[in-house]
Amino acid sequence: MELIFQQMPIVIGALNQGFLQTLKLFSITLLGAFPLGLIIAFGSLSKIKAISLTTQFIIWIIRGTPLMIQLLIVYYFPGLVLHTPIWGGGESGRFLAAAIAFIINYSCYFSEIYRGGIQSVPVGQQEAGLVLGMTKRQIFFHVTLLQMIKRIVPPISNEIITLVKDTALARIIALQEIIWAGQAFMKGSHGISGAIWPLFFTAFYYLIFNGIVTVALSWFEKKLEYFR
Amino acid sequence: MSILEVKNIRKTFGNIEVLKGINFSLEKGQVLSIIGSSGSGKTTLLRCLNFLETPDAGVIKVNDEILFDSADPATRSENQIRKKRLHFGLVFQSFNLFPQYTALENVMLAPKLAAKEKKIYDTEREIIKSQAIEIIEKVGLAERMNNYPHQLSGGQQQRVAIARALILNPDILCFDEPTSALDPELTGEVLKVIRGLSDSNNTMIIVTHEMEFARDVASHVIFMDGGGICEQGEPRELFENPKEERTKQFLTRYKTSSQTFPDFLDKN
Ligand SMILES: Nc1ncnc2c1ncn2[C@@H]1O[C@H](COP(=O)(O)OP(=O)(O)O)[C@@H](O)[C@H]1O
Ligand SMILES: [Mg+2]
Repeated sequence: MELIFQQMPIVIGALNQGFLQTLKLFSITLLGAFPLGLIIAFGSLSKIKAISLTTQFIIWIIRGTPLMIQLLIVYYFPGLVLHTPIWGGGESGRFLAAAIAFIINYSCYFSEIYRGGIQSVPVGQQEAGLVLGMTKRQIFFHVTLLQMIKRIVPPISNEIITLVKDTALARIIALQEIIWAGQAFMKGSHGISGAIWPLFFTAFYYLIFNGIVTVALSWFEKKLEYFR
Repeated sequence: MSILEVKNIRKTFGNIEVLKGINFSLEKGQVLSIIGSSGSGKTTLLRCLNFLETPDAGVIKVNDEILFDSADPATRSENQIRKKRLHFGLVFQSFNLFPQYTALENVMLAPKLAAKEKKIYDTEREIIKSQAIEIIEKVGLAERMNNYPHQLSGGQQQRVAIARALILNPDILCFDEPTSALDPELTGEVLKVIRGLSDSNNTMIIVTHEMEFARDVASHVIFMDGGGICEQGEPRELFENPKEERTKQFLTRYKTSSQTFPDFLDKN
């Protein structure tokens, strides 16, 4: 026990650094997947059959395979199969590959939620906008969007909380996120080796982070309760 | 010159012919009531006038300008249609207010977006707001203008919807059964507003099942049946001396309500 207290400052320092990487991956995934998901949703709702079917096929593939495999493919495929390593060897290359895999994966999940959200706004809202002389674009941004956001906040919240935990998968391509940092103390890191508790300790980071995310999301949900 | 001329409008959904060649015209300041049983094509006709549906055939003219001609593809382009539909306003049976905006914001939204598009919103802002307030006062909702739709009764929501259509100054304001979704005790306040509009010379087309109201307010009545105009004429003539068998049958079904017409009888 005493040993743990001695190791604590070193471990926390390393875990913080790992957590920063986790946080970065989490944020960049949301930043990319929120808008990309919308574009994919429009694609799957397109009246042009070729576009909607292709989009739905891609969504089916991405949702039907594990994110872990997608990570491996995105990271290794260019180098091993195409013989053109595009990611470089360093941490920044791994981060970029992880970010791309996560953004693609999450935007497909988001797109299905968006699609449900768009379809759940009554068609009368669009028609009311049309007869008032609005453009389709004005109707989307000034009439439909907020109603859609209100409806999708609960299901998107679930995905966001899953994302917090999913970031750990990036360890498979050796991204130095928090679990990676915790596990390093088993083999040896910062002069500590054979310690397993740092790995367990990472759970607190997830718990606290998820706690904050949950509170923020339910605050947002409340904010939208002013209309029905 | 008629403000509105509708010629031979036809509309088919799948293989059902819903409108079988509709012809009528309307003078400025006139109120046209369209009656007829459910499924006779009344809503589809209003939707065609507001370009929510594209007729398969026919011509729509407003103030002698051809807005739609099935023979002229140029009249169908999306951009053109947007401007043309502003000749018409439409009040829906189910109000379709925007739930995230207050009553006042609902009324202001369309003129605000139009002004922004023309980059004149900064100078127009106050004008639009005072116009909106004035119109909301006209429909009797001055006290409720900062309420959201879910805080308003159905009758109040429908009055906001009327105000929202009025602020764009349409040449012809259409109503699709404006009181059908309301509890009976709330229809009066909405009908009163529409009556007020007819008194101030607005040109209107009102699809309604309120026979008493149609008879009282309309200058002309059309009875639609099975996608066509079965009979039309002066309200008094059509209600008291219907020529067609179908009209008689239809009106008989509304007999119970049509017995209480003291208002109407007083006026004539
Ligand atoms: N979008 C549509 N697709 C297929 N059929 C429709 C559509 N809209 C209306 N109809 C049909 O057209 C007919 C007339 O409908 P409508 O114009 O709503 O009549 P009304 O308003 O007089 O009750 C009905 O038989 C209805 O089922
Ligand atoms: Mg109808």
